[in-house]
Amino acid sequence: MFRLEARAEPSRRFAYASPLIALALTVVLCTLMFAWLGKDPVRGLELFFVEPFLSKRALGELAIKATPLLAIGLGLCVCFRANVWNIGAEGQFIMGAVAAGGVALTATEETGRYVVVLILLAGTLGGLAWAGITAFLRDRFGANEILVSLMLVYVAEQVLSYLVFGPWRDPAGHNFPQTSMFADSTGVPRLMAGSRANVGLLMALLLAGLFSLFLHRSHAGYKLLVGGLSPPAARYAGFSPRASIWIACLTSGAMAGLAGALEVTGPLNQLTPHVSMGYGFAAIIVAFVGRLEPVGVIFSSLLMSMFYIGGELAQSRLGLPKSLTLVFQGVLLFALLASDTLIAHRLRWVRRRLPAAKALPVAATAPNATPRGL
Amino acid sequence: MFRLELIDVTKRYPGVTANDRVNLQVLPGEIHAVLGENGAGKSTLMKVICGAVSPDEGEMRWNGAPAKLGSPRDARALGIAMVFQHFSLFESLTVAQNVWLGLARRSSLADVSAEIRRVGSEYGLPLDPERPVHGLSVGERQRVETLRALLAKPELLILDEPTSVLTPAAVTQLFETLRQLAERGCSILYISHKLAEIKALCHSCTVLRGGRVTGNVDPRGETTGSLARLMIGDDPPRLERRPRAPGAPGLVVEQLSLDKSDPFGTALQAISFTVHQGEVLGVAGVSGNGQKELLAVLSGEDPRAPSGTVRLNGHDIGAAKPARRRALGLNFVPEERLGRATVPTLSLAHNALLTRTEPVRRGGWLDMLTLFELTGRLIAENHVKARGAGATAKSLSGGNLQKFIMAREIGSRPQSLIVSQPTWGVDVGASAQIRSQLLALRDAGCAVLVVSEELDELFEICDALVVISEGRVSPRMDLESASVARIGEWMSGLWPEAAPSNPAAPSNPARGASLV
Repeated sequence: MFRLEARAEPSRRFAYASPLIALALTVVLCTLMFAWLGKDPVRGLELFFVEPFLSKRALGELAIKATPLLAIGLGLCVCFRANVWNIGAEGQFIMGAVAAGGVALTATEETGRYVVVLILLAGTLGGLAWAGITAFLRDRFGANEILVSLMLVYVAEQVLSYLVFGPWRDPAGHNFPQTSMFADSTGVPRLMAGSRANVGLLMALLLAGLFSLFLHRSHAGYKLLVGGLSPPAARYAGFSPRASIWIACLTSGAMAGLAGALEVTGPLNQLTPHVSMGYGFAAIIVAFVGRLEPVGVIFSSLLMSMFYIGGELAQSRLGLPKSLTLVFQGVLLFALLASDTLIAHRLRWVRRRLPAAKALPVAATAPNATPRGL
Repeated sequence: MFRLELIDVTKRYPGVTANDRVNLQVLPGEIHAVLGENGAGKSTLMKVICGAVSPDEGEMRWNGAPAKLGSPRDARALGIAMVFQHFSLFESLTVAQNVWLGLARRSSLADVSAEIRRVGSEYGLPLDPERPVHGLSVGERQRVETLRALLAKPELLILDEPTSVLTPAAVTQLFETLRQLAERGCSILYISHKLAEIKALCHSCTVLRGGRVTGNVDPRGETTGSLARLMIGDDPPRLERRPRAPGAPGLVVEQLSLDKSDPFGTALQAISFTVHQGEVLGVAGVSGNGQKELLAVLSGEDPRAPSGTVRLNGHDIGAAKPARRRALGLNFVPEERLGRATVPTLSLAHNALLTRTEPVRRGGWLDMLTLFELTGRLIAENHVKARGAGATAKSLSGGNLQKFIMAREIGSRPQSLIVSQPTWGVDVGASAQIRSQLLALRDAGCAVLVVSEELDELFEICDALVVISEGRVSPRMDLESASVARIGEWMSGLWPEAAPSNPAAPSNPARGASLV
């Protein structure tokens, strides 16, 4: 039988191989699932892993969905490394979208293009402020940031609903719960014709580089890491644990807010009750699959974006429910958690042994071990 | 017939053979020492005996019959109990609950509490069973572990460095207890690096070096020198202490009183002492008497000290943050090497960055080249056995990690260095290196404060001693007038109340005589 044995040191190789093993496991399990649902597994996998790359338009869609995942995932890298468990990026994303939408609604066709900068800034601040509530409650009252940040997601959803059902509802919108379309001047510039991809992708990639520098080459990033790994060591060194909480929460909140702003001024162009497609939660998986490394998050956000698009295609082409995306996400996360066992452990083949209690009275000496008397 | 016999036990870990064909025989009622430096394979061997690790090769016999242990439970069923050097206690549970968890669940919690009180007073290990473990000092935690083992009424008791947290009187008492246990037929495996203790207590001694047995001797017929040679292969370097007149006051603590921050902590009461430049001042005492609290105030981890009570070269540092204190020249080596002095999962280079700021450039950017050069230098110049600057802190043995930490702090050329338990669980070679480094620092004019529970160590390196007891600190005692008996008395708080105004005054010979 196989036995798990603790390694002397965590394996670096498996830390990086683990996401790949997890992906392979996900593919295998989902192939079985397609077969079980009576669909052609090859066709199914094609929708998830090949179609998103087949045309310029498809690639644009891939980028559109990867951008918010990448932005939020980067913020969460910082946050989770500091051992601060902000799982409410979804709420910060929504409040970023609300703040950005509020500014965008004031713009007209005559407003200069500078308004895009204001909108993105407003969105960033919106997300930052929303995460600030979590940081404040944790810092001042020791409230659990997991619960607080998660509950604030539902508050954010209600705020958004109130606005689009009430004061911000489009008067000419036949009573639909949505704002009017934003003026053209508010749109984030597109990268090229024939695709919806916009400069938000470039911003996110640039930020990935900056975050990587922050985490690996800055003293502040190092202090954050120490605070997360060993609070007594951080106290000994004199690094402030309060600063860690604030930096972690505000950074991840700002990134989620920026993602929200890019979403409403990019593909959506208006506020609806459903501005997020669960990006804030999916980004948690993105951050872990990317090993909490900014460069890794670039790849994992692309992968997660493929799952979103694959789910939509599976609905339209195969008649499968769109929630297949969530199944893929869930399977990937579980497979990753399972594969991560191999970082600190290894599998070893051992011969079956009798239970020790029974072995005691019987002389269970290995045949080739000759006792050597002194 | 042997109570315990190991035949050619071999255990390999990736990259290292921890035990290489080790043979060991323990008679019933024998107190058997296992002597060896850190990394010699003692811990692995003990884990094999108590079932936590299964050997790759070799055989274990218990009372003559082959025994294959699949888990520590099998070992307990045989009657093997162990007091580990690294504790396995649940922080949030009380002493009694922790002990209860390790026993067969027949007795009630109340019975266990009563038993702890009884056995505790019998063996000189008093402990309140209702206290939660998180509030206990390291020394008290070891007491819990020892009691837990004794309550299981073992046939073989394994003790790993048990005396490091006991007063001299309690050591004598523990030895008495161990001899009683042995007379009743219980075998004892006694792991220690204190050669004098082994000579005083043990009937036989197995010496390990580099995973192999290098000797099997009767310690009563050996000298400490010959035992040390078996253990490290060479004579330990002699410490040379040059007489030196102390300089100006360096680190001054004056009338420091502080409420406890934790209900089970110790309040500090009107503590005053002075560490002069160019001297080593020792703080003796049993752990749990306020050392933890005093050190937190001195290091800056507890910034509540009233203004003016802690001064460094004239600067009032009572409220200064640790980084500010380091900038002023005050460095600190805490007793917890993993998890406080270092982050276990980070590389040595990243751990160097905990207290060193040379690689931090303007704007807060790190110069990785400088950092790795610095770390490489610390490793090479101080003979730290590590795979390199990228090795994680937890991959080092205790002694090597301590060498690294000392190197890191000494390397920043402190005006004053505070060290807690500098050589706790550190092998003879590394201890000698660390102690001579402390003396070199003293000779260079640094004000060194050493908190230790090992009197041998304090006598070896200190110029003067103070004793801490229940949050109060005794007057200063010069080394010439210090004796184990006198310190032992002071450890119970029984010191003459001298005029506290001039702690640097030479000690009064009449006072010393009246006490001894």
